[in-house]
Amino acid sequence: MGYAFSSGYGILLLAFGVLPTLYAIFLAFTKNGSFVGLDNFSKVFGDYRFFPAVQHVALYLVVYLVCLILFVVLLALIVHAVRSRWLSTSVRFLYYIPGALAGASSVLLWLFLLDPTVSPVAFVLRGMGLDSFVQTVSIDNLPVIFTIIAFWTGAGGWIVIMYGALNNISEEVMEAARIDGAGPIGTAWYIQIPMLRKWISYMGIMALAAGTQLFVEPRVLSQASKGVVPPDYSLNQLAYLYAFSQKDFNGSAAISLILLVVAVGLAAFFVFRGGLFERE
Amino acid sequence: MASQHRRFARLLAVTAAVATVGLLSACSGGDTGASDSGLGFQSVEQVADSPITVWVDAAREPIATAFKAANPDIPITIETYDGNAGGSDSFKTKMALFDQSGEGWPDVVFSTQTNDASWAAQESNGVQAFAAPLNKGVLDDSFLSGFTAGANAPMTVDGTVYGLRNDLAPVVLWYNQKLLDQFGYTVPTTWEEYEALSDKLAADHPGYILGSVGDGFTGTYVYYWGAQAPIFQVDGDAFSTNFADDHSKRMTALLDHMIANKTLVQDSVFGANFASYSDKLVAIPGPAWYSGAVFQNTAGLNVPAGEIGAAAPLYWNGEDKVTGNVGGGVWYASSHSKNLKAVADFLKYAVSSDKAAELASGLPAYTATSDAWLKTQSGSGYFVGDFAGAVNTAASSVWDGWGFPSFSPETAYSSIVIPGLAAGKSVADLVPAWEAEIKNEAQVQGYTVK
Repeated sequence: MGYAFSSGYGILLLAFGVLPTLYAIFLAFTKNGSFVGLDNFSKVFGDYRFFPAVQHVALYLVVYLVCLILFVVLLALIVHAVRSRWLSTSVRFLYYIPGALAGASSVLLWLFLLDPTVSPVAFVLRGMGLDSFVQTVSIDNLPVIFTIIAFWTGAGGWIVIMYGALNNISEEVMEAARIDGAGPIGTAWYIQIPMLRKWISYMGIMALAAGTQLFVEPRVLSQASKGVVPPDYSLNQLAYLYAFSQKDFNGSAAISLILLVVAVGLAAFFVFRGGLFERE
Repeated sequence: MASQHRRFARLLAVTAAVATVGLLSACSGGDTGASDSGLGFQSVEQVADSPITVWVDAAREPIATAFKAANPDIPITIETYDGNAGGSDSFKTKMALFDQSGEGWPDVVFSTQTNDASWAAQESNGVQAFAAPLNKGVLDDSFLSGFTAGANAPMTVDGTVYGLRNDLAPVVLWYNQKLLDQFGYTVPTTWEEYEALSDKLAADHPGYILGSVGDGFTGTYVYYWGAQAPIFQVDGDAFSTNFADDHSKRMTALLDHMIANKTLVQDSVFGANFASYSDKLVAIPGPAWYSGAVFQNTAGLNVPAGEIGAAAPLYWNGEDKVTGNVGGGVWYASSHSKNLKAVADFLKYAVSSDKAAELASGLPAYTATSDAWLKTQSGSGYFVGDFAGAVNTAASSVWDGWGFPSFSPETAYSSIVIPGLAAGKSVADLVPAWEAEIKNEAQVQGYTVK
């Protein structure tokens, strides 16, 4: 029975995860079907768009991961500390709503918010000296904009998960801490956060996997801004351009492999630092 | 119970295996039943009455629907896509996918870009070029000779025509007669007069404007092309861009001068903010299609009738009277089509029928159609002055020094110049980065950059 239940996932994983990966590995080391070693990689490294794209994604990841971990943990602790039951439930619900909007549609919503000529919060943008959409989406602002969009859509789900994890910490431990004289901050710092470690690193891995694949947000912004946000902002966009604009599927596969190696490396860091696979 | 599970698991495994084999064979399949039918390319076996699929943008949907109504015996599916607008490359990317899968191509595609022949006329990764040659048997010469001279030149490679121009978009000088009368100005005829007028206007009537540099197509096609600036030239596999040329330098200086005196604005002509210039726009160099898309558009400037006129394009004093061109759509036929006869009927209808003249939103490229369209436009009483004369003059004087490589000049302008201007830099400051970006793009696309 167990096999039957997991076969659905297994087959989909094979068809849309493992097989495409193997196909990409094959493509990345070949050209027109014959083995070419690292040629595709050196071509990609030599592309003038490659390192700017790496920088863009790296900067975004740093800003996003730091904000995500900091604010999700903080908000979860606060919501958990709220004694009033209805307030806590409604706040969690509120956090979760934006997550229901799927990728591109949430970006469309942000297009309105970010354009000072139509935005309901135009005064905030103008207050920051941003008088036109072009100024708002200037390349230096993008990591922050993408972080806000990603946080807004994704953080709610994580807050709910962290809240659940906090509920799992046994009441005896919490009570013992209180008796020892720990206030809310002390409890959070010495008891709750260390016990959330695995959850935080799990969140880090998932956010990293999603973040390195940054594509929908810059793509939609690029089309909406008629190219002011360049079509080659992120690595995934560059891979897309390679495949469909230059019809070079081998170069595209090489970029995907580089992304995979980097993402797996960073995920390994979180797994071992976060003790994700340890059993107590 | 246990054996049932096993059977289920086996069924799943078999399904997965079949799907995998199917996927793999789809990737390698393709060249079946091809024959050279005397059309200048390997057409697939023709099946009479097989349905055709037509891809159009929203603006071309009415003509496709009209064809369907007029030809109930030809089975046709109309699909709307973004029309490849703004260099979105959707036409190219979708065809690359069909090339990869070996099936699924539409029979007719409309593209708003003029440079698609650079890739659509080329074989790619061993798959036959998407665009079918049209002057080797698909369409007869008597029909093809009805186009405005040079209209199909961007889609012609070594004498073979790969696409039919839907509309021409020569740049004219649009002006507001009411404002000119009110301020006592005359219509400028040269770039020098245009620049001089900007100083007068800025001094006497601040807040009124003479154009916009906020779109990828205005900076490049309207200003630099119209100024004969050789910043985007192709010769075979060689690409060159020259900002140091005198024409380029003069246009850069003109733009910076007029951006500084605020008669050129940075708003996109399609942006929400541009509508606020409805009664502030004194003149603007722009393509023929501004008539419908900007002036007579309720979401655009929406200027009342009897104020707007078109004048002959601006040129440099003492030099050739030439102008730029902003796109103009193109119809392509698929070389993979199973019903080229229906495709030919559709193409003829789309560019040369009475309905085409009636539904056109810009200057049609087919002479008979454009005559009918210009007559209607002039007769409508919306425009002042000699509208048809100005548009005809412009249509026959597009500068032929601008190239059509496989990438758009709009992307570099949009990603470098527009945000740079918004950050307070001048065009001259941005030229080095802009030039480098154009050269890099050319190199990535496989051109030898000079």
